[in-house]
Amino acid sequence: MESIYLTIVLAPLVAAILAGIGGRAIGRVGAQSVTILGVAISFVLSALVLKRMVLDGAPGFDGPVYTWLVSDGVTMQVGFLIDHLSALMMVVVTFVSLMVHIYTIGYMRDDPGYQRFFSYISLFTFSMLMLVMANNFMQLFFGWEAVGVVSYLLIGFWYTRPSANFASMKAFLVNRVGDFGFVLGIASVLYYSGSLDYATVFAHAHAIAAARVQITPTISWSAISFTCICLFVGAMGKSAQMPLHVWLPDSMEGPTPISALIHAATMVTAGIFMVARMSPLFELSNTALSTVLVIGATTSFFMGLLGVVANDIKRVIAYSTLSQLGYMTAALGASAYASAIFHLMTHAFFKALLFLAAGSVIIAMHHEQDMRKMGGLRKYLPITYWTFLIGSLALIGFPGTAGFFSKDALIEAVGRSQLPGATYAYVCVTAGAFVTALYTFRMFFMTFHGEERMDHHTREHLHESPWVVTLPLVLLAIPSALAGWFAIRPLLFGDFFAGAIRVAPTHDVLGAMAADFHGPASFLLGAFAGVPVWLAAAGVVCAWLFYLKRPQLADAAQRRFHGLYRILVAKYGFDWFYENVLAAGARRLGGGLWRFGDQDLIDGVMVDGSARTVGWFSSVIRTVQSGYLYHYAFAMILGLASLLMWLLWRT
Amino acid sequence: MITLTEVLTLSGLLFSIAVAGVFLNRKNVILLLMCIELMLLAVNFNFVAFSRFLGDINGQIFVFFILTVAAAEAAIGLAILVVLFRERRSIDVEDLDSLQG
Amino acid sequence: MMFETILFFAFSAVLVGAALGVILARNPVYSALLLVLCFFNSAVIWLMLDAEFLGIVLVLVYVGAVMVLFLFVVMMLDVNLEELRKGLAGYWPVAAIVAGLMVFAILDVVVVKHLGGLALRAAPPPPAGHSNTQALGEALFTRYAYPAQLAAVILLVASIAAIVLTLRHRAGVKPQNVGEQVRVSAKDRVRLVKMASEKRP
Repeated sequence: MESIYLTIVLAPLVAAILAGIGGRAIGRVGAQSVTILGVAISFVLSALVLKRMVLDGAPGFDGPVYTWLVSDGVTMQVGFLIDHLSALMMVVVTFVSLMVHIYTIGYMRDDPGYQRFFSYISLFTFSMLMLVMANNFMQLFFGWEAVGVVSYLLIGFWYTRPSANFASMKAFLVNRVGDFGFVLGIASVLYYSGSLDYATVFAHAHAIAAARVQITPTISWSAISFTCICLFVGAMGKSAQMPLHVWLPDSMEGPTPISALIHAATMVTAGIFMVARMSPLFELSNTALSTVLVIGATTSFFMGLLGVVANDIKRVIAYSTLSQLGYMTAALGASAYASAIFHLMTHAFFKALLFLAAGSVIIAMHHEQDMRKMGGLRKYLPITYWTFLIGSLALIGFPGTAGFFSKDALIEAVGRSQLPGATYAYVCVTAGAFVTALYTFRMFFMTFHGEERMDHHTREHLHESPWVVTLPLVLLAIPSALAGWFAIRPLLFGDFFAGAIRVAPTHDVLGAMAADFHGPASFLLGAFAGVPVWLAAAGVVCAWLFYLKRPQLADAAQRRFHGLYRILVAKYGFDWFYENVLAAGARRLGGGLWRFGDQDLIDGVMVDGSARTVGWFSSVIRTVQSGYLYHYAFAMILGLASLLMWLLWRT
Repeated sequence: MITLTEVLTLSGLLFSIAVAGVFLNRKNVILLLMCIELMLLAVNFNFVAFSRFLGDINGQIFVFFILTVAAAEAAIGLAILVVLFRERRSIDVEDLDSLQG
Repeated sequence: MMFETILFFAFSAVLVGAALGVILARNPVYSALLLVLCFFNSAVIWLMLDAEFLGIVLVLVYVGAVMVLFLFVVMMLDVNLEELRKGLAGYWPVAAIVAGLMVFAILDVVVVKHLGGLALRAAPPPPAGHSNTQALGEALFTRYAYPAQLAAVILLVASIAAIVLTLRHRAGVKPQNVGEQVRVSAKDRVRLVKMASEKRP
């Protein structure tokens, strides 16, 4: 069994190396073939693993593959932990990745960096698989950083654009902030449990819970809360939670397939996955769970609001990604880990679908991304239109779609949580349903309906994208529409995640919900009695009214709530604050230290100063070297005389 | 009867006079060389005196060698002096400052 | 015994006076000649200290060779005597202080402390039939044979060095080349030419 896991991981890596290093030799077709083959192998084998485990009841796998080093009893190794959680993640990752690979053939057709792009996305697949399959923190961190690096490379893929370079740098730096917390969390885990291995650490979870971190002799923190919050800071960076979310909208500078693969479907979910994986630790700290819950709920609502004012089609989807990640995080905080993973999965499908469909629109519009210059595209792009519609419906949680099942269950789970801040979180996520529907259908109507606002030249060339673009759309639309029907019972209320996710009985909101669950159909009917569905419907109606029926209403609202609009356009000032206070402050501090510490102190005083001192001292000393014989003779005799005196009268 | 004290005192006087000579003569290199000869003479006095009063012939052997080396030194020193004079037309010590730092 | 002591002090007085003259004389020729006087007096005192051979050597080598060399150089170099003596007075306090300090130190050792009692000891009488020259020769050619060789080498090197240093190649000098002179043959010198006889005009 071990070799199958190794193959899953290594196939994309080999493909990435072939396409990356030998890209010139194997050409464009060679690069696309080899990487798609590699990812296809991974996907097929992952699906096989999942099928064996779920349908045939085969046991999972937990063990080292290669021991890298052993130092002072700490073993660092490459190992795989294959259970239902990681198997599901593997299938999601490889499936979306495969779709994106195929889609890329069409989207990047004219790009000179074709082979490089394929190499990167295969490398990303490898990194993500390493992350989800890890059985220890070391490998988790490796995958964590590896996806960060690939993300950096891909956001800055069009490296001749200054904005892309800026965005990639921003993503990297913001992720560093999160990673700092993550490393601290890992260090704390290592310190308190003495191991990096998941199984060992989870076995010691109660020991960590009993420990306290002494800050000062009088103040001490709970070690488990400290550890979990540090780990969650890492998740905040990677999964773009407030206030470390600023990199995600900017990462839209990268090519659209990357937005779909990394910044919507897979990489940003790494934080969600990690917290779910660490559930045995998080369950022991109400403080950490509460933090997670509040941050997730805040992100879900306030980031969604930003989507209402954005005009770039990709940015709207990016804000919706932020919002949906907030939903997942809130679910994690409510201990509904299974619900978060379920939403992660459905979100991966419909968000990848939305992004790829948006990419299809962008291709048709000749790389125009501003929605104000679109409109009425329905009749030009029928396949894209219908798949985009399915994705949008799934996103707003239209009853029956995959997104509906995951999101509705998620909102209810948050509502049932008893943690501090749960009420606030419930209000946020419920209101978020309205906001989600509003911005989603605003985007939908502005793009596909209404008057045609594009210029004449573009309109003449509008046509549906090639099959390599539409095929992934259709393939992704299927699970976006239907996955919920099959998955909700085992994932949320079955024992699918038994062994992988541990939930304390007091936190078990899904267990409480299971009592009321009588199958997907009744769940669907029951939802009509709840608020979220009607809020979503209201959102759609509002969007229709404001942006399709009476566009002047939107302008009027914009004038009426001018202050609010300004705040939203400024994105709550996070970017301003980071750029002008943190970054500029750091630069000023660095500049000051450079000028004072480096130039003045080190260069001026220590380096030049010591040289000057030696020079000055020498110039003084060299006057002794008069060149006159009698001076030297005098010095010799004086020395001789004083030596004699000293010998004679020293006592 | 001559005592050791007297001879040593004499050699000390000679040596001190030679040292004073080194200081006094700032003009003439030849005189410096002569002062050095005088110092060596004072040292030889010591050797001879101790050899006599300790009944050890080795002291006189040393005097012998010192005389040899002093002769060689005088020869070389004077040769250098002659060359120097040929180059500079002067043996003034004050002019010889090309080693100044 | 008294006579010997008087003699010693007399010669010592002359010696010290001559030494002072060496360093104070205005003319370097006088200095050199006074140094010769110093050496003569020293030789006499060494004779009184039973170092007969060294006394003779001092006169022969120093007075006969080294000091003649000095005199030769002093006289050969065209030195401006007026210039040489300028500025002498300015330095005498330093010279006096240093010299005085050294005299004081030596007197302290020798006269006050008597070298830890050593200086008070009477000289052992020389054994019967003692010959200073013979004893010196025996030591020099047995135990100090090797250093004696080295001293000879030093002298050789010094004499060669002195010659090399002062050697001067002058242009226009016509030296004699004996080898060339010996090897020469008649053919190189004489050329026979045949020519018609001339009529007397």
